[in-house]
Amino acid sequence: MSHAISRRDVLRGTGALVLAFSLSRHAFALTETGASETALRGLPGSLDSTPLLDAWIGIDAGGNATIFTGKAELGQGIKTALLQVAAEELKLPLPRLTLVTADTGRTPNEGYTAASHSVQESGTAIRNAAAQVREILIGEAARRAGVGIDRLTARAGVVTGPDGVRYGYGQLVSDQLLHVDAQPTSILTDPRDFTVMDRPVPRVDIPAKVTGGAAYVQDMRLPGMVHGRIVRPPSYGALLLSVDAGPVEAMPGVIKVVRDGSFLGVIADKEWTAIQAMRRLAARAQWEETAQLPDEARLPEALMALPSRDQTILDVGQPDVPSYAINALFSRPYLAHGSIGPSCAIAHADDDALTVWTHTQGVYPLRNALATLFGMPQEKVRCIHVEGAGCYGQNGADDAGADAAMLARALPGRPVRVQWMREQEHAWEPFGPGMAAHIRATLGPDGSIAAWQHEVWSQSHMMRPGPPGTLLAARDIAHPFPPPPPVDLPMPEGGGDRNAIPLYVLPNARAVNHFLPEMPLRGSSMRSLGGYLNVFAIESTMDDLARLAGQDPVNFRLRHLKDERAIAVITTTAERFGWKERPRPPAGSGYGFGFARYKNLEAYCAVALEIAIDQDTGRTVILRAVAAVDTGQVVNPDGVRNQIEGGIVQAASWTLFEGVRFDRRRVTSVDWAAYPILRFAHVPRAVEVHVIDRPGLPFLGSGEAAQGPTGAALANAIRDVTGARLRALPLDAAKVQAAMLAASFKAAR
Amino acid sequence: MTTLTVNGIGRTVSSTPDTPLLYVLRDELELNGAKFGCGLGQCGACAVLVDGEPVFSCITPVMLLEGRDIRTLEGLGTAEAPGPLQAAFIEEQTAQCGYCIAGMIMRAQALLERIPHPGDDDILTALEPQLCRCGTHMRIVRAVRRAAQNMARASEAGR
Amino acid sequence: MAIRRVVFILVLLSVAALAAALVYAWHGAIAPINPPAASSFDRASIERGATLALIGDCRTCHTAPGGKTLAGGLAMPTPFGTIYSTNITPDPQTGIGLWSLEAFSRAMREGLDREGRHLYPAFPYDHFSLTTDEDLKALYAFLMSRDPVVAEAPPNELPFPINIRLVLAGWKLLFFHPEPYAPAPARDAAWNRGRYLVEGLAHCGACHTPRNLMGAEIRSEEFAGGEAEGWTAFPLGRHSAARIPWTEAALNQYLRQGWQADHGVALGPMQPVVENLADAPADDVAAMAHYLASLGAPDGISPQATAAPPDASGQRPQSAGWQAAVSAPAAGESEGRLVFAAACASCHDSHRSLPLGGVDLALSTTLAAEAPRNLLNIILLGVPASDGHVAPIMPNFAASMNDAAMTALLGYLRQDVASKPAWPELPDAIAAARRAAAPSTKAGAAR
Repeated sequence: MSHAISRRDVLRGTGALVLAFSLSRHAFALTETGASETALRGLPGSLDSTPLLDAWIGIDAGGNATIFTGKAELGQGIKTALLQVAAEELKLPLPRLTLVTADTGRTPNEGYTAASHSVQESGTAIRNAAAQVREILIGEAARRAGVGIDRLTARAGVVTGPDGVRYGYGQLVSDQLLHVDAQPTSILTDPRDFTVMDRPVPRVDIPAKVTGGAAYVQDMRLPGMVHGRIVRPPSYGALLLSVDAGPVEAMPGVIKVVRDGSFLGVIADKEWTAIQAMRRLAARAQWEETAQLPDEARLPEALMALPSRDQTILDVGQPDVPSYAINALFSRPYLAHGSIGPSCAIAHADDDALTVWTHTQGVYPLRNALATLFGMPQEKVRCIHVEGAGCYGQNGADDAGADAAMLARALPGRPVRVQWMREQEHAWEPFGPGMAAHIRATLGPDGSIAAWQHEVWSQSHMMRPGPPGTLLAARDIAHPFPPPPPVDLPMPEGGGDRNAIPLYVLPNARAVNHFLPEMPLRGSSMRSLGGYLNVFAIESTMDDLARLAGQDPVNFRLRHLKDERAIAVITTTAERFGWKERPRPPAGSGYGFGFARYKNLEAYCAVALEIAIDQDTGRTVILRAVAAVDTGQVVNPDGVRNQIEGGIVQAASWTLFEGVRFDRRRVTSVDWAAYPILRFAHVPRAVEVHVIDRPGLPFLGSGEAAQGPTGAALANAIRDVTGARLRALPLDAAKVQAAMLAASFKAAR
Repeated sequence: MTTLTVNGIGRTVSSTPDTPLLYVLRDELELNGAKFGCGLGQCGACAVLVDGEPVFSCITPVMLLEGRDIRTLEGLGTAEAPGPLQAAFIEEQTAQCGYCIAGMIMRAQALLERIPHPGDDDILTALEPQLCRCGTHMRIVRAVRRAAQNMARASEAGR
Repeated sequence: MAIRRVVFILVLLSVAALAAALVYAWHGAIAPINPPAASSFDRASIERGATLALIGDCRTCHTAPGGKTLAGGLAMPTPFGTIYSTNITPDPQTGIGLWSLEAFSRAMREGLDREGRHLYPAFPYDHFSLTTDEDLKALYAFLMSRDPVVAEAPPNELPFPINIRLVLAGWKLLFFHPEPYAPAPARDAAWNRGRYLVEGLAHCGACHTPRNLMGAEIRSEEFAGGEAEGWTAFPLGRHSAARIPWTEAALNQYLRQGWQADHGVALGPMQPVVENLADAPADDVAAMAHYLASLGAPDGISPQATAAPPDASGQRPQSAGWQAAVSAPAAGESEGRLVFAAACASCHDSHRSLPLGGVDLALSTTLAAEAPRNLLNIILLGVPASDGHVAPIMPNFAASMNDAAMTALLGYLRQDVASKPAWPELPDAIAAARRAAAPSTKAGAAR
């Protein structure tokens, strides 16, 4: 096999096509996806941790393939993309493939579906595995027909050759044929020969979603299933002093009230009954509250005053100068993932086993957490991923899984479905952390950046399961698990300091990460982690520096860049937008530009915006957004466009409207009235996404590429319209209007 | 016992009359289209049509719906034979997670029944009560526009 | 309405005949000027004018849906026909570009346009006439420094003889007796400021004071409540029907924030008013609240506070189930009570203050009002989400609640919750409110 590969490699000159995949600049133990960055076997993608080919691909006697991925569909279209990858390399038509996603009972352990790593890790593994399976099948055909493999071709699930040689895949497979370890290199299809990959294949999950098929864990109905609801405490860490459960237990249809310490839940035969019972129970519960939250109005100051672990993550040249042209503090509030569908899980417990259907991003880490929580052997706990509503990071999914498991263990033999209420999702999900960033920068005599300093303050962005103390239920039970020590995700991907190192070429620059071990509010991963604020701060400052230097902001960025792919997305965006020839906007309108390479490792994305601000109300509407993105080898161009479009709209919502509200004890933004997000009135009037394909280059994640650049482009456009630089997110109508007023006073002086 | 007409079929349901329609649709009639989003009438994930008008099924007790014509996403078509709006949403690949889409389609259906040729402003205004978190708004508007065109073309061809 | 109109026309005709004979009716044009450059006004004046314009709600009436701000063209339905607001940007042809300060001041004080034609009192010059010279100058500076917009307002749709502007001279003779604002020396500055704004630019009485058959405010019944665009403008001060007296703090919060926990949300034509005041100077709004609070409260209303206990389940934002559990109604309970329990109680009985819960209906002015119109409007229209702002949201029940259910619900709310006599002619009121709330079937009509 390895002989065949090396020979064919040489024949086809496919050196560039071998995706020997390694991103590691520094070896470190923990990444956001939980994958090891230190290669174990030197195999591509997740094959490195799960090398057996039949762990990834099975072929049945009919010649149909089942693909196993440890990653989960989160609405990002990963199912379709992975099927495309497999179909391309297996040379099988798409309809003959079935995909099994994250299931501790069936699929490889690929950690978390996070950090825009899915196509890189799982896609790379499946692509290589599929290519190797195809070659094994060809090899088997060659053996049976007694001809050389180079005279055989695999196409549409059939291996054909001279003299009528013809074997369907189903004829070729036998029990142990695919039960072999993967090889380090594969014969990959030349991008010029792609028939499925790089095509806008329709998503496999959409028809069910638009016609009322069972598409989500929320839609699952298991025989004998009952409904549970949880009564969460009124604030972080509150203790349940007493609850008068009797009248609730007596309600018709209520099966059981479950209490363990401060964990309180109820099970009923119908969902509405469970909700009613939960409300009654909540009204009868007495709590002792101790939480002390920071002053929301002075959040950045409160964060910066917390003890920190400081690390210099960049230090080049002499960034200390007597004074800086820009010396400014940027901040973001806590942000809610705000899934439209509250978190849900179904759990089934019997004698010694537990099964949980969950929309967690990591079935294996959740399984481990539940096993520890319940003192069960890991192999007795099975977590099966079923889609939920979009999560954009860690929402309440894992917690709901634990909640359902808690109730199911109290009612063995019956599947218990738990869905959170809206106020629970809004109050108890682990928020995207509030953050502060301080930038100082100055220009040299040549109009380029002479000194740059970036400091960022943030709590952990990675509090996912693994340790049971990450789960709400585990903290509330009578013998609780303490919250685990917070994780400071290390560079180069980083957590709070993600993207804090500018991609720009700066001769004198320092970046310092002030990691805050305390967690004033519960927080964890939310799309782009610290990258959103860091890019917002960097790109806002780039804009101000360009203005100070009297240079066009796009040219100013370009003169500080050497990376050709960065330059390409910026120039493509500028050209497609018509940046150079942009007309002088009418009053109340303006332009803004933003750019970043996500994590400095993933997709490149630049965004140009034209906005209009209602002079009466300060409301900002995006008239036109143009983006260019380079995600390396594109698997599904429409999927990439969908991600970037969505990223722009979601980031517009974060930037213009959002912030978690709280008083000194409780989170108060517990519904859509108190946590408003973008509605249709603020939808951009036009969004254009240009995908720069890089055939043969490694896949780069695109799901989080647009958020930072969009936030920055909005701030820059608002600066263009109003003359005011807003640095404290969100840039809501009141702030914009106050800024317009202040700026007009300034102009009058 | 309450008698409801759901997608043209009379159904007798045993849930108490105060039960919001959403739970009757999902738990008793086993229909997936309407989704629980907020239970407050703030997000529209649960939208269905009652006598052609969109309502939030999560806050509408079934006692109000005796004898009324209730339509859900399932009443518009199937994966094999999608209705015009569903087909347009598939053609435009209008979903990321898709959780909000059922409600979007139902409200768009009511719009197109009222205004067969809506302008973009009509679409934006009609969909204002509906929330999407993934940011698929652009595609949703495109799909509604496309559905209107497809329906117009179909009715012309039928003439 | 028909009888009212006939009476009105008869009266008006006779008055017009009389008035037309009078010199009073005739006013000359004020010479046009070259539109002054925006830079000719000092910044402070413009800024001050901008805030006064907010308090005066200029943009609310003088902006058409989807149109440019202050460029006019908004259709204003009146009992007598439709009047279109005019373009008050400084465009010389279609706006007020040729107007001198003198012409502008005359319009504000006397209800005459630059050419000397009488203006319909839909333009509330009966209030604006109080405006001081200094404030008029600031307003003028603000308006004349806007970007000129070319926009011709559609012609008014008024029947004869109201379409003859000269008849307005008679109307003015009868009902319009402007006097300059006279401060009350015994009162403090905030009260005087508040009164000046409330009676003048803010023209609160235009909606909150009843009007006579000829559309003039009945001065003797100031703030006794009026009507606007299908909504009841509730009585204020000692006429107020509020169950919880309006405190100064509550008024201030309501006017600036658009909602207040005890009293609910500003809706209908009050909504743009609070949107304007949200951006107006805090001191001015506070002065208005101060003055309005000084108008007193009806006798016999005790300032009872029935705020939920701070530990009620509804006051625990992070806990599950802030909505109230619906208690299954006992057998034989009224239909209205059943509807309320199933459709309304989970929020309105949650003892959870706005923006998260629903107002306690037992304390609602809307239920205590003479007519059910506002309650019907709220049920039919809901409280839509305020895009991007923290504000209460209430879903509407127009489609889900049929007339029978609505009749039963209103009966229960009015009689059992508010303990007031039944509203008469409920079916007619429901039908009228439904007609007004029905969505349009025309494309583009939404905006």
